[in-house]
Amino acid sequence: MAVRTLYDKLWDSHVVRQEDDGTTLLYIDRHLVHEVTSPQAFDGLRNANRPLWRLANNLAVADHNVPTTSRAAGIADPVSRLQVDTLDANCHEFGLTEFDMMDPRQGIVHVIGPEQGATLPGMTVVCGDSHTSTHGAFGCLAFGIGTSDVEHALATQCVVQRKAKNMRVNIEGMLPAGVTGKDLVLAIIGTIGTAGGTGHAIEFAGEAVSAMSMEQRMTMCNMAIEAGARYGMVAVDDATIDYVKGRPFAPSGELWEKAVANWRELVSDPGARFDREVTIDAASLRPQVTWGTSPEMVVSVDGAVPDPESIDDPAKRDGYQRALSYMGLAAGTPITDIAPDKVFIGSCTNSRIEDLRAAAAVVKGRKVADSIKLALVVPGSGLVKRQAEAEGLDRVFVEAGFEWREPGCSMCLAMNADRLEPGERCASTSNRNFEGRQGYGGRTHLVSPAMAAAAAVHGRFVDVTRI
Amino acid sequence: MEPLVNVTGIVMPMDRSNVDTDAIIPKQYLKAIHKFGFGDNLFDAWRYLDSGEPGQDHSKRPLNPEFVLNQPRYKDASILLARQNFGCGSSREHAAWAFRDYGFRVLIAPSFADIFYWNALKNGLLPIVLDEAVVDELFEAVQATEGYALTVDLPSQTVTTPDGSRHAFEVDPFRKHCLVNGLDEIGITLQHADDIRAYEQRRAGEAPWLFQDLA
Repeated sequence: MAVRTLYDKLWDSHVVRQEDDGTTLLYIDRHLVHEVTSPQAFDGLRNANRPLWRLANNLAVADHNVPTTSRAAGIADPVSRLQVDTLDANCHEFGLTEFDMMDPRQGIVHVIGPEQGATLPGMTVVCGDSHTSTHGAFGCLAFGIGTSDVEHALATQCVVQRKAKNMRVNIEGMLPAGVTGKDLVLAIIGTIGTAGGTGHAIEFAGEAVSAMSMEQRMTMCNMAIEAGARYGMVAVDDATIDYVKGRPFAPSGELWEKAVANWRELVSDPGARFDREVTIDAASLRPQVTWGTSPEMVVSVDGAVPDPESIDDPAKRDGYQRALSYMGLAAGTPITDIAPDKVFIGSCTNSRIEDLRAAAAVVKGRKVADSIKLALVVPGSGLVKRQAEAEGLDRVFVEAGFEWREPGCSMCLAMNADRLEPGERCASTSNRNFEGRQGYGGRTHLVSPAMAAAAAVHGRFVDVTRI
Repeated sequence: MEPLVNVTGIVMPMDRSNVDTDAIIPKQYLKAIHKFGFGDNLFDAWRYLDSGEPGQDHSKRPLNPEFVLNQPRYKDASILLARQNFGCGSSREHAAWAFRDYGFRVLIAPSFADIFYWNALKNGLLPIVLDEAVVDELFEAVQATEGYALTVDLPSQTVTTPDGSRHAFEVDPFRKHCLVNGLDEIGITLQHADDIRAYEQRRAGEAPWLFQDLA
């Protein structure tokens, strides 16, 4: 057989049928369901009297609307409550496996899939959420879908797609100490732009990626969509297999051995052709901080807010000006002069145990600066929270003045009560710095967990590798 | 889905790049459990001067007179003219529903974000990619001419300007078929139920671990 990329292999093994014009019915192995993008899909099934095609491959969880304060009191906002209750009722009616709000395994959908072994190498994984690309870290073809496709996947176990182009981002060299997968993916987005991966499946490859933990790889694949690519992925290696082994939904015994033999092939063949290749140097990378309202508006922590007047392209210049005005920043301001009001450590990008360890290592023995109004740590799942507490990380955060919360999407998109007030500035480990993303009028700076922790302690951005 | 064959309509310009889905429909409106009623909240944070909440009477909110959607000349617009990477960000189909509910049928831009592009097509909206130079010309014409209208014909895949010049566009043949006929995609897929079953049977032999139940 001809040499193929990882994406080619994943695509080929899931084609149910392909029309002459390229329209393809693609089989879905795992469908993750959450409360925001599913109610209309269940309504559609009910209206057409359609059953689920394959019930047992779906896993549901409420994450976007759930409170991160005590769960016992329920959800105060009646609109949020109705959406979560609707998910519970739909899962009950149709028979889906669901981790409800009180389940100790509940958490952000993109954290719990891998954590439970519901995400396995070689799978097609869909969810009504653009950050489904996260699961590509396991050598999966994982992508976000809209509610029409949620309904389509529930009813047919397939989605209709056309094949994307192949793109490889080669990372040369190793990341310096304290510079993370988050900094790397922000730098990639800064280089190729938020539309740089549109129409492509991105494979992240190279020495630095091979050396990364699965959690770092998840952070990178999570933000492939911020580079415009619906799919981000990393080839399977020992780290992938070690991570999956022993997870609750992972195969075991003879089936495990058979699966591992199959997963070992989930790599791009030597000489496989990519439609586009980009090379990024890891060794010279510094921690990254976004300054604007698009993830591509990013600079190193030792840099400064750029001057729109230095931009030739009028559309881009206009975008920069608008962003500076929204962010309340002047051109030329050093990044280390920017002082956040709030700090958010969490989200499907950076809420796993290694993220919390990295943040806690910076915070330990220090205090949150007086100028910080609120510093939140929101673990990605109930099990991440339990693990962190077993390691004493919760005490490190609380003693420093952070709030230690219950798991959920929280202030990444502010659908629950955790949000910025107009004009407030946030150091956030989430994935989007769009206008109003973290609350109406809120100003977001995207950073790594260690950088967010350092900003909390110092009351402004600092280079965490130099403190 | 409402069929779309041809549309002649007023064009509204949205002159900024990278318009994201958080701007098209902010998160608080994603708490709805129904599929309709998003039109009043299209571009909510730019269109109104206050911060809105679901369930509010939006007709009583203060409008931002500067924002293009509130300008009387674009009141009846059904075609949006936009810039590159339109609809980037989240997978929320509510963004497509908001355009549909407001009354838009066609979106024209030099490029769209992938998920938004396909979501639009599934909701009776036609996203059209035209060359950046053509889009630039259309922006100039729209801004210069009150009541500027375009005619979009899906069967012939053309956009026609008032002076008669025509611009061809590409569209996925399957989506075109669905859009012109207002077809339900799930119904079409289920015509291939035997193929799906055959795939499952073969695949369960090759990769049985994929067919373990989650329970």
